[in-house]
Amino acid sequence: MSEPLLKVRGLKIGATIYPPGEKSRDIEIVHGVDFDLETGKVLGLIGESGAGKSTIGLAAMAYGRGGVELTGGEVWVNGRDILQSGMPDKRRLRGAEVTYVSQSAAASFNPAKRIMEQVTEAAIGQGKFSRKDAEERAIALFDKLGLPDPENIGARYPHQVSGGQLQRCMTALALCPQPDLVVFDEPTTALDVTTQIDVLKAIKDAIRDTGVAALYITHDLAVVAQVSDHIMVLQQGAMVEYGTTDQIINAPREDYTQALVSVRSIKHIEKAPTDTPILKVAGITARYPGTNFDVLQDISVDIHAGQTLAVVGESGSGKSTLARVITGLLPPSSGAITFDGRDLTPDLATRPLDDLRELQMIYQMADTAMNPRQTVGTIIGRPLEFYFGLKGAEKQTRIQELLDEIELGEGFQDRYPAELSGGQKQRVCIARALAAKPKLIICDEVTSALDPLVADGILKLLLKLQKVEDVAYLFITHDLATVKAIADSIAVMYQGKVVRYGPKSQVLSPPFDDYTDLLLSSVPEMRLGWLEEVIANRKMESAGN
Amino acid sequence: MIRIPPAALIGLFFTSVFFFCAIFAPWIAPYGMAEVVGDVWEPSSAEFKLGTDSIGRDLLSRMIWGGRTTIFIATAATILSFTTGAVLGFFAAVSGGWVDQALSRFIDLIMSIPSLIFALVVLSVLPTTVFTLIILMGLLDSTRVFRLARAVAVDITVMDYVEAARLRGEKIGWIIFRETLPNALSPLVAEMGLRFIFMVLFVSTLSFLGLGVQPPQADWGGIVKENKEGINYGIQAALYPAYAIAALCISINLVADWILSRTTSLKGGRG
Repeated sequence: MSEPLLKVRGLKIGATIYPPGEKSRDIEIVHGVDFDLETGKVLGLIGESGAGKSTIGLAAMAYGRGGVELTGGEVWVNGRDILQSGMPDKRRLRGAEVTYVSQSAAASFNPAKRIMEQVTEAAIGQGKFSRKDAEERAIALFDKLGLPDPENIGARYPHQVSGGQLQRCMTALALCPQPDLVVFDEPTTALDVTTQIDVLKAIKDAIRDTGVAALYITHDLAVVAQVSDHIMVLQQGAMVEYGTTDQIINAPREDYTQALVSVRSIKHIEKAPTDTPILKVAGITARYPGTNFDVLQDISVDIHAGQTLAVVGESGSGKSTLARVITGLLPPSSGAITFDGRDLTPDLATRPLDDLRELQMIYQMADTAMNPRQTVGTIIGRPLEFYFGLKGAEKQTRIQELLDEIELGEGFQDRYPAELSGGQKQRVCIARALAAKPKLIICDEVTSALDPLVADGILKLLLKLQKVEDVAYLFITHDLATVKAIADSIAVMYQGKVVRYGPKSQVLSPPFDDYTDLLLSSVPEMRLGWLEEVIANRKMESAGN
Repeated sequence: MIRIPPAALIGLFFTSVFFFCAIFAPWIAPYGMAEVVGDVWEPSSAEFKLGTDSIGRDLLSRMIWGGRTTIFIATAATILSFTTGAVLGFFAAVSGGWVDQALSRFIDLIMSIPSLIFALVVLSVLPTTVFTLIILMGLLDSTRVFRLARAVAVDITVMDYVEAARLRGEKIGWIIFRETLPNALSPLVAEMGLRFIFMVLFVSTLSFLGLGVQPPQADWGGIVKENKEGINYGIQAALYPAYAIAALCISINLVADWILSRTTSLKGGRG
């Protein structure tokens, strides 16, 4: 058997950490990983954040990012151990034999240079192609990746194309020097679902047509199932399971892999609407000050007590603006909001305290939603003392009750947000909202920054709390799987309008309007061949094109 | 146990020495502030460690008393400029809208006048007392603090936790002192060191020009002024206060640097 293109043996990666108030120390973040990758094959690396996926991906180009050091093992590319090579050889390797596609194309392209210049830079700089040949190659790649006007798109600047297009330009950049191996590091994670599907298809076709090998890094098993031949599941820097895509998806052996495969399998049966909704939004139109464009156009939705309305849509559809209007941060230009039978004044400053208390909000980024200089006790305790005047022992008892309710238990009161994990942070934010004894909580993308398993835990907690506290949720998300798991009714938003609205069962059953159909069909499913099927049956182009 | 880096230790040591001398001047200084004890510009001797000044006062005693005045004025003015500047800066950032605009433009207006000239004009009208000096220097310098505090606070007020506090219905006081201030502290503390140094230089400059601390009260700028003629005759008397000013400025800076690096790593929070 011939030598594989990429051979990794016992790869160990270390880093130095600087815990506050303690001495710095070295830790190992990848503990001896082995794998092979042959020409023309795609290996999916999957795991939660901190599993070491990206670090391993970058090790394939003998690179350790920011303070990360490749401490042991071997990485063989084209028959030589690149960890032992000198700098000149590594430089020849990067950009010629191995290239890299990062998660955020917008942050990786130089905004001051034209796309063509950046796409062809490595190919020309490595001496693989002349400028003319490289540009011809780039245009062919633009065409293959389905970019509009491939002849001229290279003359544009990065801000002149959409996010999905830029991600495809980045793929062209990686493929242009005719590498043997491309490392894709979460290339579709930052994109909307409807855009993701096009980029995914483009990447898959480009890999097949150019015959390169690829490492495909993602946290989304359903995505990786569409593009890879083999999958390696990683957890905390060690391999959990390795197998063919078919085996991992359909017959996972390890418990952890099974948990990943069965994620998003929460079943929630919708409740019948009540007679009087807790929140009634009627004919809201709103625009941001100083603009001449209505971000929301004539929005009318109801939320019933103890139930969940999910608002779904792509970025820019006006979901979060709706939340800002309801909370009073952005007074609408017309329309009315009724909350629990009372009219809500448009501006936050004029609302009575009880209106503020009964309408709470949870944010997407728990990191920025908590003051880093306040302890968990202060964060949760403040609404208690502010709304209910609780003090001393009484307050402490209530804080502990809330911590128990969000399944954190003892010992968290004195911790600072920096000492919590992502999931724990979001739980504390939930507790802060609950402390006010609200009737409605607005959840703005509360699970989208979390790993799938952690997100699952948060959704289960929210459902449990809804039963116990009888609180209603306005759940803003772009993720339809989450919607299926939690909603009683759904409003689909598109370009500032509600295009479909009703009970969950009704919204999610055919006949669909074109946009809902596109949105529903774009959610990656955990089975092989899904991508091709969807592309073949689509009625509408995504907004990203 | 906190480990203090050597540079900060040196800074801390000299700063403490200066402040110790300032506070305990009446007990430390060998002679009184304005006591004439010898001849004009006597060289250093066992009796007069640094010699005597232009009218025969013990220079070491003058230096110690002068340090007391200079450091007291600089400290008081710094505290005034910080409270005024930071509170107004935070208020502008948190309020936003026209309040922010009005305050910022007014501050711009004051800043457009060179502070030394502004001070000279005011001091030539008002009586030159220590109190006037402190108020004038503190208010003039608060414009710089305002700029910094506002810039830092604007970054913080867009954070979700500030929005969460607003949605909770919190008053502006809580948002300024509990949500914004703790997160703005480390750049402000570092700035405080720099501002203090600037105050020392400012009051020395004013005194040197004759509009600051009035004789016979001693202060470092004044000592330079009184003894500057001596330089023509090779007398060092005017240089000692200059050394003292430089040493104080450097040691305060070392301490401020250390505080800045410590507070940013505290609890892994934002800077």
